[in-house]
Amino acid sequence: MIRRTLAIAVKELLQLRRDPRTSLTLLGMPMLLLLIYGYALSFDIVHIRLAVIDHDGGRAARDVRAAFLESGYFDLVAHGRDERVLDGLFDTGDVQAALVIPADYGTALAAGRQVRVQFVLDGADAQTATTILGYARQIVASVSPVLRGTATNGPVLVRPLVWYNPDLSSSRFLVPGLVAFILMVTSVIATALAVVREKERGTMESLRATPLLALELLVGKTLPYLLVASVSAAGSLFLAWALFDVPVRGSLAWLAVVTLLFLGGGLGWGVLISTLADTQQVAFQVGLITSMLPTLLLSGFIFPISSMPAPVQVITHIVPARYFLVALRGIVLKGAGPEVWWPEALALLAFGAVILGAATVRTVRSL
Amino acid sequence: MTAAPVVAARELSRRFGPFVAVDRVSFDVAPGEVFGFLGSNGAGKTTTIRMLCGLLAPSSGHATVLGLDIARQADEVKRRIGYMSQRFSLYTDLTVDENLRFWGGAYGLFGAALGRRADWAIAIAGLAGLRSALVRELPGGFRQRLALGAALLHEPPVVFLDEPTGGVDPEARRRFWDLIDDLSAGGTTVFVTTHYMDEAERCHRVALMHAGRLLALDTVPALKGVFPAGAVVEIACARAPQALGELESFAGVSEAALFGERLHAVLDDPARREELAGRLDAAGFGPVEARPITPSLEDAFIHTIRLAGEDKTGSGARGPGSEAAGLGSGVRGPGSGTHPPEDARPGGTA
Repeated sequence: MIRRTLAIAVKELLQLRRDPRTSLTLLGMPMLLLLIYGYALSFDIVHIRLAVIDHDGGRAARDVRAAFLESGYFDLVAHGRDERVLDGLFDTGDVQAALVIPADYGTALAAGRQVRVQFVLDGADAQTATTILGYARQIVASVSPVLRGTATNGPVLVRPLVWYNPDLSSSRFLVPGLVAFILMVTSVIATALAVVREKERGTMESLRATPLLALELLVGKTLPYLLVASVSAAGSLFLAWALFDVPVRGSLAWLAVVTLLFLGGGLGWGVLISTLADTQQVAFQVGLITSMLPTLLLSGFIFPISSMPAPVQVITHIVPARYFLVALRGIVLKGAGPEVWWPEALALLAFGAVILGAATVRTVRSL
Repeated sequence: MTAAPVVAARELSRRFGPFVAVDRVSFDVAPGEVFGFLGSNGAGKTTTIRMLCGLLAPSSGHATVLGLDIARQADEVKRRIGYMSQRFSLYTDLTVDENLRFWGGAYGLFGAALGRRADWAIAIAGLAGLRSALVRELPGGFRQRLALGAALLHEPPVVFLDEPTGGVDPEARRRFWDLIDDLSAGGTTVFVTTHYMDEAERCHRVALMHAGRLLALDTVPALKGVFPAGAVVEIACARAPQALGELESFAGVSEAALFGERLHAVLDDPARREELAGRLDAAGFGPVEARPITPSLEDAFIHTIRLAGEDKTGSGARGPGSEAAGLGSGVRGPGSGTHPPEDARPGGTA
């Protein structure tokens, strides 16, 4: 039993070695995609084009301007003393936001009076505008107490304390999702093609004539890809750490366990597709669509599951990446142990078992 | 046949929807025999062999291989037989040695025993020195012998070969058949399907398959004995294809077919041979030469199919001459137009 499974696995590895294109694709593609998407996919808004209209021109006014520029979010593209230029600048899109400092800014502050600065925003893209407004409030809030000096505190002050991702960098959140996404797509397609290839070449018929059991064949076929996908996963997580500053705070061993469970489900899904498809082309397309779309849309990778309509939320329960993401983000960002994500790990295990079981039944039936 | 048969089929049938691929076929194969299944594409040869190898369940009837029931003990059957499929059954991106090690491993062989059998397969296939050559670089004949060697690694007492020499040159075919003779001499039973008449002539016994039915089963000389002496005539004349129509209209000719440049005719009365030649001469196909010949297996095949056709329709009328004529090359055959080729049928894969 084990010997025959190994015979298949060894054969598959030999074929992979002979086929540098496939093995390079399996190893390199995930990391390449991570590079491309990792840099392109970001919800962080930076380089906001800012205009400053300074009617005061004093030192205090320069300080508040500097606070904006030093935050790292804003680029100063225009400054002057007349608001009327703003109309044109906003119309052409040359500026996204403007800070208007009143003429009595310095004197008011010196007198200990409250003073208002005006912040003008291009609200056409509400999402971006909200984010920019958030930045502006934060910056102003941070300079106020300093300026206030001995002045008394207001009645209520919020002191935000963001855990796990203090600078709210979206790559911390997105990159683990990207890793899950890429691993799912490659593992499904790799195995789907591996079995269908035997059908296309006609060797499947000869395999069926041997005493090989369906389970031996499927497990033997899956093992080498599990190996390759694991290497790929490790590489992707390393890149995430090295380039996108995504730390692995939790245990690497647990990370490996959860990742293997997830890969098992993906590879099983690929095998199931291969028992239904007769050509590599069909297998590729079905594999791509059924792995990419759910993982992209229904896993919580980009869109939070909690804000989806209830029927869609139900569907997300059969998307393995949903569980993997919770566990992955938990381990990577929070250093969470199995006591936190064991339900997700269990769900992944169940998914893998059901899928591989279904694939075995399908293969036995087609004999 | 005194020894227990290696293969015994009884009323074995297989239907694919409304299409009857194999229709109530019964036969026994004796130990050590080279048993040939002769028929055109779509005759049901591959379907029969797939049922016997446990790859396809019979629709009705039953069969045993080495005393094992093919439907209920398919796994046991697979362990004990060798099978070489019609389609190429080696991995072209692996080397000779890697292929042998894989196929041996699939049968549960390992270690020294596997090494010994791989050496043996290399030797019989004549591939010494090519162990680490990629299979895709080997010529067809070498691959065919390697595939046979791979099917024999676990020393099965019976081996099923489905059109093993397809697409291979005549010299490689001859060498392949020498191997089959050696195997048979060594006691291995060989069950082989073919549509080559010359290959069928090398079998101990031949079963003629047509449209899913087994029409005749006997030794080659016995199969040829269906004709009375002198009944088969070879005719050399001008414009042979056109002369065929004239020949068919002749009342004393029960069958006529084109064999290359010549015509073969089966006469109801051997004495009317000269009369026939004169008539073709008169019709402008001269010079005509007609001489009695020893019938070929192909003549016997065509004749048997025609007789079966008459049995079916229950009429004594002559069968359609065009059907017989279509078999002239020996590669195409009757029924090839009316039955889908076996590869194209659903249920084979999936």
